[in-house]
Amino acid sequence: MEYSLHFGAVWASFDRLLSGLAIGLALAVVAVAIGTVLGLLAAFAAVSPYRPLRSLAGLYVALIRNLPLLVLVLLAYFALPQIGIALDKYQSFAGALALYSGAYLTEVFRAGLLSVPKGVIEAARSIGLTRLQTNVSVVAPIMLRNALPSLGNTFIGMFKDSSIAAAIAVPELTFEARKINVDTFRVIETWTVASGLYIAACVVIAALLRGLERRFPKF
Amino acid sequence: MNKPQPLLAIRGLTKQFGAVEVLKGVDLDLDQGDVVSIIGSSGSGKTTLLRCVNLLEEYQGGDIVLDGETIGYRSVNGRRHRLGDRALSRQRAMTGMVFQSFNLFPHLSAAGNVMLGLRKVLKLPKAEARAIAETWLARVGLAARADHYPSQLSGGQQQRVAIARALAMNPKLVLLDEVTSALDPELVQEVLNTVKGIAEDGATLLIVTHEMRFARDVSSRVVFMEQGRIHEEGPAAEIFGNPKSARLAEFLRNTRH
Amino acid sequence: MQAFLDQLWIARWPLWDGLLLTAGIAAAAIAFGTLLGGIVGVQLAYAPWWLRLPFRLYVDIMRGTPVLVLILAAFYIPAVAGLSLGPTEAGTLALTLFAGAHIGELLRGSLQAIPPGQAEAGRSIGLTFPQLLAYVLLPQAARSALPPWINTGVELIKGSSLLSIIGVGELLLRTQEVIGRTFMTIQFYIFAGIVYLVINIALDQLGKSLERRVGQH
Repeated sequence: MEYSLHFGAVWASFDRLLSGLAIGLALAVVAVAIGTVLGLLAAFAAVSPYRPLRSLAGLYVALIRNLPLLVLVLLAYFALPQIGIALDKYQSFAGALALYSGAYLTEVFRAGLLSVPKGVIEAARSIGLTRLQTNVSVVAPIMLRNALPSLGNTFIGMFKDSSIAAAIAVPELTFEARKINVDTFRVIETWTVASGLYIAACVVIAALLRGLERRFPKF
Repeated sequence: MNKPQPLLAIRGLTKQFGAVEVLKGVDLDLDQGDVVSIIGSSGSGKTTLLRCVNLLEEYQGGDIVLDGETIGYRSVNGRRHRLGDRALSRQRAMTGMVFQSFNLFPHLSAAGNVMLGLRKVLKLPKAEARAIAETWLARVGLAARADHYPSQLSGGQQQRVAIARALAMNPKLVLLDEVTSALDPELVQEVLNTVKGIAEDGATLLIVTHEMRFARDVSSRVVFMEQGRIHEEGPAAEIFGNPKSARLAEFLRNTRH
Repeated sequence: MQAFLDQLWIARWPLWDGLLLTAGIAAAAIAFGTLLGGIVGVQLAYAPWWLRLPFRLYVDIMRGTPVLVLILAAFYIPAVAGLSLGPTEAGTLALTLFAGAHIGELLRGSLQAIPPGQAEAGRSIGLTFPQLLAYVLLPQAARSALPPWINTGVELIKGSSLLSIIGVGELLLRTQEVIGRTFMTIQFYIFAGIVYLVINIALDQLGKSLERRVGQH
């Protein structure tokens, strides 16, 4: 068999791969933004003194983390219309990924909350801050800083998972790569470039995050 | 002649951690301007007593009356109910607490630490809070460190910021919980001098300490606690110079070097 | 509901086959992935830098690439290289390579977390390096790597659902085929979701009980 590498056909479609990459990043940003809100709420619920709230948060995490993301995506895109909720493919994927990332972020923020020293919380209570003020002005900033590295890793994970949007024909990087693969038969070149783009994006995101971590020194 | 009501009156305070009785009926009065030190071996309940006054601990029996207001609980039909978050927060703001481990807010500068309560609890405008913070930081000798973060300060400096944070709220009473125990020996004196200074300014202080010389110098009264009770109390000179109970004499023998 | 149960009964054997394939693929990937990861982890922790480099490269490429891309690459590339791999083999290969990288990395972390005194003590009683590895280091590392290893198993069960995209008749593809025939979209996706949940939660519980047992030393 003969196979020699020719990247020309892949370079010709490089702009499609790049726009696919941008779509994947955008989906991850939207999903993690919503997931952060979900994760914060669930994390505070998970450490609250009220048992029903704790159980609810635990249920959310156990349910979502043990389901394949693809099943969530297919449910959101194909099954929700059956009960009258019709979302387009972008909305349903972003929604599914938000729900999914929220469960992982709940664990991230829960660990962050437990990392806030008890004495610092007592100091805030002692000068007369209410529980809510303590959470907003003292606990949340410390927790977010401590959670920053894990938050970044979760974002990278969700960006990689944005590839699953290809399953419902969202024209992101993996979808475009598969199309180029089928159109040009430059199989090895296509997947090398696609994988390289994902890795490059991950490396850049990780470097940006490290810069962010340096700007806010660890306490 | 009527004696004016004390600033702080603790009446029959009892507290249990599970089955362990930590406080077994404590009575203690502080008048405006008093500086009272509590001494005693570890486990005698002195830190717990302080934390009860700051409402950081719940207690099962007795009352704490601060400036005429019973704090922490209210009685409804003879049953005690812990007050709600808002009321507890307001009452906590009436006392300042300085902790053994400083407990500065790591994400805020020295000035930010002092300003947080002024802004959020006393609702002062930012500029005014900043001015008060700077005044208090200058008072504890840290005017030049206002914009440093806790991680950039020595232990002694952190503790002085914590003292400024407590005093800036203009509390009726300041509680100091072994404020030098977590410090390296060479940093102890700067913190003790700061406390002495605020005592001379007329602040009302309730101090838990292991520093006997300091307790003797600064206190108007000294309380010796033993196994959840006040075992002996009196003027500093009496307690240290002429202990009445054998237990106190033994405690002083073992701690004085 | 009755209609769904009727359809479920009709579809029971294809779904059962799909479930078996899902479990088989995940089991094969964790087994081969653990073998691979064992080698990779030891190399990453102890090999000289020139030998470590290719393993580091492998791990970083696998961890930086989405699993779906690995699966598609494993599906399309072997054919042009003259290998004939069916979709099931290709998908299992991709998941194995993915698992090997993850397990290698977590084993490296566990090995490097062992206090250096352990290796020194082993050497001082005259153990060779393979003996040291087998009797002192790996048993300790395995204990701390157990929880994330179980978690990798859960990820593989979840990841195996992606093989439906290349036409492997595992649980999710079988589910989609049933939906294509019955149009009971919500019902059958939820059914599949529950099956995944049950497997993964069982795996999780198994991990926790194993952890308790090993933790008792």
